[in-house]
Amino acid sequence: MISAPAYDLEKVRADFPILSEEVRGQPIAYLDNAASSQKPRSVLDAVDHVYETGYANIHRGVHVLSERATEHYERSRRRMAKFIGAQSADEVIFLRGTTEGLNLVASSLGRYALREGDEVLLTGMEHHSNIVPWQMVAELTGAKVVAAPVTDRGELDMDAFAALVNDRTRIVSVVHVSNALGTVNPVDEIARLARERGAYLVLDGAQAAPHLTLDVQELGCDFYCLSGHKMYGPSGIGLLWGKKRLLEAIPPYQGGGEMIRTVSFERTTYAEPPAKFEAGTPNIAGPVGLAAAADYLEALGIPEVAGHEARVREYAESRLSEIPGLRVVGTAREKAAVVSFVVDGVHPHDLGTVLDQEGVAVRTGHHCTQPLMARFGVPATARASFGLYNTEAEVDRLAAGLRTALEVFRP
Amino acid sequence: MNDALRDLYREVILDHSRRPRNFGAMDAANRQSDGFNPLCGDRLRLFLLVEDGAVRQASFVGDGCAISTASASLLTEAMHGRPEDEALQLVERFRSMVSGESEPDEEALGKLTVFAGVRDYPTRVKCATLAWHTLRAAIKRSQETVKTE
Repeated sequence: MISAPAYDLEKVRADFPILSEEVRGQPIAYLDNAASSQKPRSVLDAVDHVYETGYANIHRGVHVLSERATEHYERSRRRMAKFIGAQSADEVIFLRGTTEGLNLVASSLGRYALREGDEVLLTGMEHHSNIVPWQMVAELTGAKVVAAPVTDRGELDMDAFAALVNDRTRIVSVVHVSNALGTVNPVDEIARLARERGAYLVLDGAQAAPHLTLDVQELGCDFYCLSGHKMYGPSGIGLLWGKKRLLEAIPPYQGGGEMIRTVSFERTTYAEPPAKFEAGTPNIAGPVGLAAAADYLEALGIPEVAGHEARVREYAESRLSEIPGLRVVGTAREKAAVVSFVVDGVHPHDLGTVLDQEGVAVRTGHHCTQPLMARFGVPATARASFGLYNTEAEVDRLAAGLRTALEVFRP
Repeated sequence: MNDALRDLYREVILDHSRRPRNFGAMDAANRQSDGFNPLCGDRLRLFLLVEDGAVRQASFVGDGCAISTASASLLTEAMHGRPEDEALQLVERFRSMVSGESEPDEEALGKLTVFAGVRDYPTRVKCATLAWHTLRAAIKRSQETVKTE
């Protein structure tokens, strides 16, 4: 039997220049990947390469640099279509990130599909960016926003969810992987329930993209959003995938250059998707960096990455369970590389400051999920989130830092 | 604990965070204001009894980090018998010290200078000032919840 090549962690770490940065005399232990991940050399180089060899404004330019830039941009679109399993590159819209994608869908699909009394079904573990845009469009259309409850383990209560999908449900919008808890939601089952009632399904894939192999057609959703910066790509670039016929049907989001066919003061006609949703000069080099990040992830193998992260997370959960008074918030059976926790008698913010002194970067706060924090009765948590370069030794530093915090704050 | 941490979490601060003084609602209060730090979810409610232009008594309830709890606790101690205009001056002196705009003034701020170390932690300045912004609102009789952002 031929065994799979071992995950070469040292080699992976050497690909990320920032990991050799020292903070207060020690190398940074970066455990804040769910907020944003670091970038490998290949992504940085890919972005530089655009600016050094082929940068100009894209589309409509007759000169050579514009042609090169357009080719960089459109090749990246084709690459990302393949990465997410889209049928066609025309279904991939580049935008700033998941937040902009969700705002686009809420605004355009909402105006297209929602009437007074209709319902938009969310879950209790949504990021604010999958709550607020729906509230905004609900106010315009008279629709109602409903949230399915979360269990004590931090999983979606699927019985309650199923009961909330009804004939008034026009749109279901759900986080694929929870940023605050790491819960991987059963999107197959959610898609089935939405389809039965003829509701559109939107998935927030910001946290899924760096950990899961994506196939938007298999997932059975109508729209999928992700962010480049959470999957080792540049910040300020992400994508929205939508089914072609829906992208054709829904109204544009922003007006401006590139998204039109003809403009007159009497009547303006719109371009076909994806141009229809890309008003203005876009982030031109960003997609190239994003495509390089997709290359990087696939070269390592997303299942191998996920396997490594699961080992680090499980090690972290076991080390943290040894710390007196520490409680992990979110113990879902299907979980990505996130450990959210609270410690009796020590506020998460103080934990974060002590850990920072030890060169360990974690996030503390409500993680833009205030309803979820309220559900668990905590104002905030501390969250360690792991990426493909994290090590068990870094987890040991996290555990040691937490013990220091206990010495400081426990009477 | 290293020296940098010890500068931030001075013994007085740790003591007040573990055992906050004047903690609890005040029935006799005639001023009240809420403070909220959206960054970390810290909330507090400040109660004042103001008579003849001076704060007679101050108390608070809430849930927050060590810095914000200790800051609220020490604030309530510093308020007893303090004329309103002086209290407002103290708010500004305190804010200016923790944000690094002025040096700690032992004479004006007394015990509150223990918070001087916060100036080296820009992300923690809002924790230290939450109670003080809330105090200003209570004195100025503002009804809205005070946010640090």
